[in-house]
Amino acid sequence: MFLIRCPYCGEAREEQEFSYAGEAFIQRPPLTCSDEEWGDYLFKRKNIKGVTTEQWLHSAGCRRIFVMERNNVTYEILSIYTFESKRGAA
Amino acid sequence: MKRLAPQAHERIDRSKTYQFTWQGESYYAYAGDTLASALLANGIDVVGRSFKYGRKRGILAAGVEEPNALVTLESGGYEVPNARATEIELYDQLNAKAASGIPSLRFDLRAALKPFHKFMVAGFYYKTFKWPQKLWPHYEHYLRQLAGFSEVPQQADAEHYDHQYQFVDVAVVGGGAAGLSAALTAAQSGASVLVIDERAELGGELSSEFASSAEAQQWFSSTKQALEQMPNVRILKRSTAFALHDFNLLLVIERRQDHVSLKQRNEKQSRQRQHRVRAKQVILATGSHERPLLFANNDLPGVLMASAMRRYLNEFAVLCGDKPVLAGNNDSIYALAEDLVKRAGVKPVVLDMRVGYDASRLIAAGIDVRQGYTILKASGSNRVEQVSIAKVYYDGKLWSASAATETLDCDVVATSGGFNPLVHLDCHTGSKPLFSNALQAFLPACDKPARISAGSVNGHSDWQACVQDGAYAAHQILGRLEKSVAPTTVKPELKLLNVAPFFCPTHQRNKIFIDMQNDVKASDIELAIRENYRSIEHIKRYTAMGFGTDQGKIGNVLGIALAAQLLNRSIPEVGTTTFRPMYTPVTMGALAGEEVGLLFDPQRFTPIHASHVARGAEFEVVGQWMRPWYFPKAIEHLYDAQSAEDLHTAVQRECLAVRNSVGVMDASTLGKIDIQGPDVREFLARVYTNAWAKLAPGKCRYGVMCDENGMIIDDGVTACLSDTHFVMTTTTGGAARIYNHLETWLQTEWPALKVYLTSVTDHWSTTAIVGPKARRVIEKLCSDIDFNAKAFPFMDWREGTVAGVPARVMRISFSGELSYEINVPANYGRYIWEQVMEAGKEFDITPYGTETMHVLRAEKGYIIVGQDTDGSLSPYDANMGWAVSLTKPYPFLGQRALTRSDTVRTDRKQLVGLLPHDAQKVLPEGTQLVNAIEDKAMIGHVTSSYLSPILGRSIAMAVVKAGLSRMGNTIYAKTVGGETIPVTIADSVFYDTAKEKLDGEV
Ligand SMILES: [Zn+2]
Repeated sequence: MFLIRCPYCGEAREEQEFSYAGEAFIQRPPLTCSDEEWGDYLFKRKNIKGVTTEQWLHSAGCRRIFVMERNNVTYEILSIYTFESKRGAA
Repeated sequence: MKRLAPQAHERIDRSKTYQFTWQGESYYAYAGDTLASALLANGIDVVGRSFKYGRKRGILAAGVEEPNALVTLESGGYEVPNARATEIELYDQLNAKAASGIPSLRFDLRAALKPFHKFMVAGFYYKTFKWPQKLWPHYEHYLRQLAGFSEVPQQADAEHYDHQYQFVDVAVVGGGAAGLSAALTAAQSGASVLVIDERAELGGELSSEFASSAEAQQWFSSTKQALEQMPNVRILKRSTAFALHDFNLLLVIERRQDHVSLKQRNEKQSRQRQHRVRAKQVILATGSHERPLLFANNDLPGVLMASAMRRYLNEFAVLCGDKPVLAGNNDSIYALAEDLVKRAGVKPVVLDMRVGYDASRLIAAGIDVRQGYTILKASGSNRVEQVSIAKVYYDGKLWSASAATETLDCDVVATSGGFNPLVHLDCHTGSKPLFSNALQAFLPACDKPARISAGSVNGHSDWQACVQDGAYAAHQILGRLEKSVAPTTVKPELKLLNVAPFFCPTHQRNKIFIDMQNDVKASDIELAIRENYRSIEHIKRYTAMGFGTDQGKIGNVLGIALAAQLLNRSIPEVGTTTFRPMYTPVTMGALAGEEVGLLFDPQRFTPIHASHVARGAEFEVVGQWMRPWYFPKAIEHLYDAQSAEDLHTAVQRECLAVRNSVGVMDASTLGKIDIQGPDVREFLARVYTNAWAKLAPGKCRYGVMCDENGMIIDDGVTACLSDTHFVMTTTTGGAARIYNHLETWLQTEWPALKVYLTSVTDHWSTTAIVGPKARRVIEKLCSDIDFNAKAFPFMDWREGTVAGVPARVMRISFSGELSYEINVPANYGRYIWEQVMEAGKEFDITPYGTETMHVLRAEKGYIIVGQDTDGSLSPYDANMGWAVSLTKPYPFLGQRALTRSDTVRTDRKQLVGLLPHDAQKVLPEGTQLVNAIEDKAMIGHVTSSYLSPILGRSIAMAVVKAGLSRMGNTIYAKTVGGETIPVTIADSVFYDTAKEKLDGEV
């Protein structure tokens, strides 16, 4: 069970307060994309064993979605950050 | 077997005698006894019958590892199945019976099947009962009666449970010498410390030393006292840490009232509490369990663990037998021999497999010590009476034994085959234990961050080393916490008990029990390997070794060692099976905590609920909401008898009332999302398929929402309050899901949109007045809105005052009738409902529920998302292409998918109406549809089906392949009951196709 530090609430909280919200940084293709590209966007996920980049929702807290980079083999959380900070850095 | 004269450090309180009932008979014992020590003190040998063969079984251990002494404790709401007698603290009037024994302990059916036992080897059930398949239900019925131990309690639990969250710097698991020492050292640094111990009193195995060591007793008293006085220390007794998860989440069950007699239990207090502990650092001072020696009939009552016999002697003053034989493969066996001489004046025969231990002191005291000997076989009827012993030799790799040299009379056999450190918690997060040849034991790897082990779990055998190891471990983790305390300690040297390598006699292996709870014998392991099982995980599953409620605490390591010998591999090569939570069985109640009954799944009630109850509504659960389903009227009979309308009758009446006069419905449960910000229009245009740029304040619009795959996920009406303020309604069941969906897009994909969502479902109450006379009712209650059909047209909303309450009135319709939905702040909901009922009296206003709502909307072909759609229906499939705008600047969610090759197929299932040829035949919902009577290939199914009161006939909605281009065709519905019903494909708008009813009575 993770202990997750919500970057908005600024506190480490029980995993029970959060819910997984899918792979992060999936690019939405334009309307002009091929059927195959659209299918990839909809259904194909990286399904990595190792370090994954995920969206998590603080569902029983501030209800904000943030990014968690973690190792799904060792359960180590490598980093947690907001989408804003990512955009700010880029 | 008897109770000895008072002993120096016994735990029992002889001033308090408790009565208890075992197998329906009355006995007496002392406060401080466990049920196990009480049974032993009363001379009870047989406490259970074995799982598969029905063999008589006695108490083997003194603690949590006990495999045999399973009991059913109490009855009714207090019944506890499969409780271990060794852990049950005796209280007055305790009532227990053996968990096994069919039909009784004295006579067991399974034992009567003895001639067949040789066939009941590992894999017996797999091999025997798989054929013929159709007889399996018969076998299953019989097997289920035989299997298991206690029966499932038939009454609801009378007691309650709760959870508590704990956050500490250091959690110490185990209150023995190492745990207490670690806790004291850690606490002296100022760290917050939680000590968790499973017994009623702290001390663990150290307690067994008090009788022989004043120093141990003194250290214990002063350490305990110091800890109890420190404000930064919390001690949880009677508490078992049953799981250690990642990030040091330690789950602990505290038994708060199990030791209290039923009469004295405080019903305001929970029986058990689950502590969910988050510790920065965890110290595992979990100790070790002794494992037995193996020999034929090692499961006879009277054969037990040496450490258990010592505990019963020293802590409970119970002597398990006058003529003991002690057998071991390590030094610990001699400590028991010394205690027996000193405390009870009993002289045991000591068999040591090894040679060389200096036993001169015992020999001088007149003890018969035989080194290089072990037991080959025990015999006796109700308990052990004799053992056959043999000389054993070790060739540096394997043991071998001579033929039996002698038979010894005895009444108890205590054995020690080494120790199993309790590595379980460390392994719960995936660590593999490491085998030590010097200790002949698996040790915890402790290779995960923020934890350390200390004491006998590390292989220490003397209490002073455990104390030192505890302090050492505490210093290590204090460094990680950037705390410190002087003076530092060094890692203590291991003092070995010189445990000899594993030995399993070859004599009568089909009588040597490895796992007593599951009746797994040495011969079963042999069989599994003969049948080519190689992995220990497979051997475990084939033989069921370690599958009992004790999870093989005593037997598993023996099974692993035997498998290693048979496979000609080393023990570390074979490895252990996987250790998973729970360490010990945990009650379902403690896992659930307070989340039972009404708190399991919350029920939601609308503000009008009390009015519905008063009017006798029947309810159905929608999402978590309790919604009126229908409002049955009382029917008067002759002689004052009374009954209520059934669903069918009530719905017929409610439907006609709405169509012909006026009805009223509670629509408060619809999801409502308040949406504000300068970019709301753009946002709505992206999440709905239709256009929102030009919707003016005062107007409402129906929208269809799709996922990115182009399939309908929700629908509803959104009202424009101002250019920057809208209120969206969602389906009742979809409210939370859709709110999440919208938030996700706003936060991740469209952060530039200035839009703010607030769920306001509970803030508003909605009363819908529906029917041709709706205007006449609302006009009586509201004078500041012009209800003229032209002034207040369909799909408009107005702000006004209804019965003195500020309200938003929306002219929207889910029935095709004139309809006003009055939205008021929730606290006025019931008042408005009653005002409407009063104003509508002269028109015989009729309250109606969800069932009538469903019929009315189906008559108009309005879909219900989730009933007529199933996630595979696009707006085009639903014949709602009119609600799709492909010309918006930013493509709406799902737009791209609507032109995928699969989505544009012309033979997709499409939503149509069905008219059964027999107008009184109502199709069951879900019925499959075929093209021709004899066809088996289904082309669609019925999604909604009703008897329409206003049309006087049956109608249905269905999805049919290419249905929209097949109007007027006859197809067939094939019911589960085997009926084939001809139906005609029709437009799904069955009633008032010209929309003449929409403005109501003029
Ligand atoms: Zn948060």
